[in-house]
Amino acid sequence: MSLRAPGLTAAAFILVLLFGTLAAVALRAEPGAGLAPADWAALRFTVSQALVSAGLSVALAVPVARALARRSFPGRGLLVTLLGAPFLLPVIVAIVGLLAVFGRNGLLSLVLGWVGLPPVQIYGFHGVVLAHVFFNLPLATRMILQGWLSIPAERFRLAASLGAPIGAILERPMLRQAVPGAFLVIFLICLTSFAVALTLGGGPRATTVELAIYQALRFEFDLGHAARLGLVQVALTAVAAALVWRIAVPDAMGAGLDRVVPRWDGSRGVDAAWIGLAALFLLVPLGAIGVRGAAGLADVPASIWPAALRSVSVALVSTALTMALALALVLRGGRLAFFAGVLPLAASALVVGTGLFIVVRPFVNPTVLALPVTALVNALLALPFAVRVLAPAHERAEAGFGRLADSLALTGTARLRLVLLPRMRRALGFGAGLAAALSMGDLGVIALFAGTGGETLPLAMFRLMGSYRMAAAAGTGLILVALSLALFWAFDRGGRVDARA
Amino acid sequence: MLALEGLRLEQGAFALKADLTVATGAIVALIGPSGAGKSTLLAAIAGFLKPVAGRVLWDGVDLGGLAPGERPVAMLFQEGNLFPHLSVAENIGLALTPRLRLSEAERARVAEVLGRVGLDGLGDRLPGDLSGGQQSRAALARVLLQDRPLVLLDEPFAALGPGLRDEMLALTAEVLGGAGRTLLLVSHEPREAARIAGETIFVAGGRAEAPAPTEALLADPPPALREYLGG
Amino acid sequence: MQKTTLPVAGLLIASATLAAAETPGLTIYTYDSFVPDWGPGPAIAAGFEESCGCEVEFVAAGDGASLLSRLLLEGPQSEADIVVGLDTNLIARARESGLIAPHGVEADFDLPIAWDDPDFLPYDWGYFAFVADAGTEAPADFQALAESDLSVVIQDPRSSTPGLGLLMWVKAAHGADAPAIWEGLADNILTVTPGWSEAYGLFLEGEADAVLSYTTSPAYHLIAEEDASKVAWAFDEGHYMQVEVAAMVAGTDTPDLARDFLAYLVSDPAQSVLPTTNWMYPAVTPEAGLPEGFETLIAPERALLFSAEEALSIRDAALEEWRTALSQ
Repeated sequence: MSLRAPGLTAAAFILVLLFGTLAAVALRAEPGAGLAPADWAALRFTVSQALVSAGLSVALAVPVARALARRSFPGRGLLVTLLGAPFLLPVIVAIVGLLAVFGRNGLLSLVLGWVGLPPVQIYGFHGVVLAHVFFNLPLATRMILQGWLSIPAERFRLAASLGAPIGAILERPMLRQAVPGAFLVIFLICLTSFAVALTLGGGPRATTVELAIYQALRFEFDLGHAARLGLVQVALTAVAAALVWRIAVPDAMGAGLDRVVPRWDGSRGVDAAWIGLAALFLLVPLGAIGVRGAAGLADVPASIWPAALRSVSVALVSTALTMALALALVLRGGRLAFFAGVLPLAASALVVGTGLFIVVRPFVNPTVLALPVTALVNALLALPFAVRVLAPAHERAEAGFGRLADSLALTGTARLRLVLLPRMRRALGFGAGLAAALSMGDLGVIALFAGTGGETLPLAMFRLMGSYRMAAAAGTGLILVALSLALFWAFDRGGRVDARA
Repeated sequence: MLALEGLRLEQGAFALKADLTVATGAIVALIGPSGAGKSTLLAAIAGFLKPVAGRVLWDGVDLGGLAPGERPVAMLFQEGNLFPHLSVAENIGLALTPRLRLSEAERARVAEVLGRVGLDGLGDRLPGDLSGGQQSRAALARVLLQDRPLVLLDEPFAALGPGLRDEMLALTAEVLGGAGRTLLLVSHEPREAARIAGETIFVAGGRAEAPAPTEALLADPPPALREYLGG
Repeated sequence: MQKTTLPVAGLLIASATLAAAETPGLTIYTYDSFVPDWGPGPAIAAGFEESCGCEVEFVAAGDGASLLSRLLLEGPQSEADIVVGLDTNLIARARESGLIAPHGVEADFDLPIAWDDPDFLPYDWGYFAFVADAGTEAPADFQALAESDLSVVIQDPRSSTPGLGLLMWVKAAHGADAPAIWEGLADNILTVTPGWSEAYGLFLEGEADAVLSYTTSPAYHLIAEEDASKVAWAFDEGHYMQVEVAAMVAGTDTPDLARDFLAYLVSDPAQSVLPTTNWMYPAVTPEAGLPEGFETLIAPERALLFSAEEALSIRDAALEEWRTALSQ
């Protein structure tokens, strides 16, 4: 069997899910057309904040990733793992963490108060950008770090011995490869941002397209309006993806044995400063979440544990689905697979969920499908991240060992099993970890389908908050974060330990 | 017999023509300036590069429609001849079957070729745990076990020291030569290659010349080769 | 998952069919905070099941607005027999759908306003109010709040029920002057959150001086946490009301049972549960009176409320005024 064949099925599945649900929503709509002036304002805000957030995240990630790539120090592995944390946090938990540092009563305001300065004002455009950078800087760092690690150590040794400019000959080509992809992914994440923009945005100026969809579906019950906005979001994503498709250059790095060797360039002090600042920026809010959550642990009701078990099961199923789809797309390659791998980023969970609801409703009681549908939608939403992680690893595996495999007539599943999967192991672990943790934290569509029991951990947390039980919610948030990170760690670690050569 | 009939290869602005035959059982060196197309020619014979025109024939059979693994060809590359995540024995076993679990008989054959290249008892090691010379020997053992009539060597020993390189060339001639195998090997060191290659193909200026006896060619090189050899 | 869910799903289906065969079931769509152990749902269901010989199943569907969305999406084929948890802003849309049938339940309501809607039955109510720490100086009305340096967190009227309530409050109290009030409030509004939970969380974190919530919110802190530090600001122009209602779904196959439940919902046992689980005023004051602590709450002198149809007709214009004033 050709390894490219399943990719077509996977791409078709994804596109049918995306556009089928959109169509299902549109077909239920009353006729109507066009976008209101408020929609255009929302579109402008959405795009501008996403551009600034993505630009800043990537720009800051480059020096941090370089510092991490060339310095080894005790706790580096733990730090890299923890850097994955903010991205995996449920939005509402993360905001509480950020406020503990940047809020009116936060640490920063406290320090400013000592020197007689007024407290920080986090609400507004800059607040939205700050939160998005908090979420996405670690992701950008991990993606770019992956790029650095893909440069064979021998080349750095060679460059160092020749006194050659490493930046120009090794790093810039790698960055030209890694940065557009990272930028696109983060731009698109920020494009569909909803709660962050609304909570920290300071007012209706900070309205995103996703919020407009929410409003159309929930308060106006205007399905047509929601479908049109959903289409705008998909179109935006397609345009951005098409631009990157043209910019991105193929990986020409080749493969070396993945040994780590020291580097001889760059200032130790500057690197330490970058790592230190990034760690402070990302870990202090995390610490605050831990402290507050620990205080609320005693109030957490016992009903949390079945919910935790459900969330973990949903995450595992969702991860398996994500990885199967992502691998199929990556093995296929080409334009169709690229777009099928990117477009889900534009998917509004609300539109997909509503569409699925309309589609399955005539056949089954949606309540029965709450968990499977949640797993499916979470898998769809996590897919782009897995694809971004797997694609370069696949290219490297083929570039390094494709011809050898060809000459040994290793095709089909034998090639996958003996050559590709082992060579992509680290990326597979990282991708699966991301998918699992994202699925844990995602409220997604469960609320629409949920019945009496069957609540997931984020939903349980949200329900606690809705009943004034903020301390118990904080405790639940901590459990959620701990479980997400544990899943991420387990997968990521699984991809690295015992990775022979 | 290997025959390249009106072969024309192109890669971007680069083009190479070849119209020649190599006798079965011959050991032939490919020499010529860097970038002249020696590796490209091997890639076309191995099936990695589709010719723009012409045919590659083995014993009169056109190899055009065959995938690399289906051709009567074994090949050693400049680097990456072993999968770093598989043990030496597993790597060599791939010459027999894509299953990693070998039968008793297959294991014996792997052990035998390991012995032939002087790697007795190292089958369980990972390639990364071997020295450069040992890695080359392991790769050679795999080619030996593949047992294809045509073997292409694209400077697989370039990274080794001169002494080790000589030793590996000698070992190559010893284990792979004979038994009717035809060897094509790319070399940057014409005089080194001359030691095992009776004939030499000179590749330069967009053309691969027909093989000529190495001794005679080096003793009285045509102008282009003279320029390459630097007198 | 394949292994665990399918049996679970099978069990669900099996138990549903079993229940249908032996005892009649009553499916109630409601919002999230109604169903947890600490919410009113379990006690009310248990109380009703004692006498009805039936089984109550709650389906929690987000908040009031998602609840209505779900009902509208499902249309006439909905499994729901009853919906619990719409409010006055959602009534018009629900009635328009034709999915709701008159309930025919009579009760002696203790609401600050007259209620004679044949389709929607109030079960609890409250006043919107800004909730703050007792030590903070309280403004007397919106004008005073706008002129002060106090900061408040509010919810987005496009995604949240209290947010929409505030929009209606300002409109009901100030009519044509509403845009001016919003312009004055713009610099007091720290931020606008998607829902009540986020806003209340920000307030408890100390991010703002006050948060838009209910006059009954301090009762939660007082009774459940023994914390008397939270108060609601009484505004001179009066407070807008939220009336939470239940209704019978027209397509129900057990209309008698549904009516019985609605009657139980406004009876003394159910009404006594609501104050300390839903933290709202019961629609019919229980014979034993309100729980201790409720007497400390402010009692607005004027209750403001648009009729359901009025609320729907002015909503879009009011929303545009709000958006324009706060976008400058």
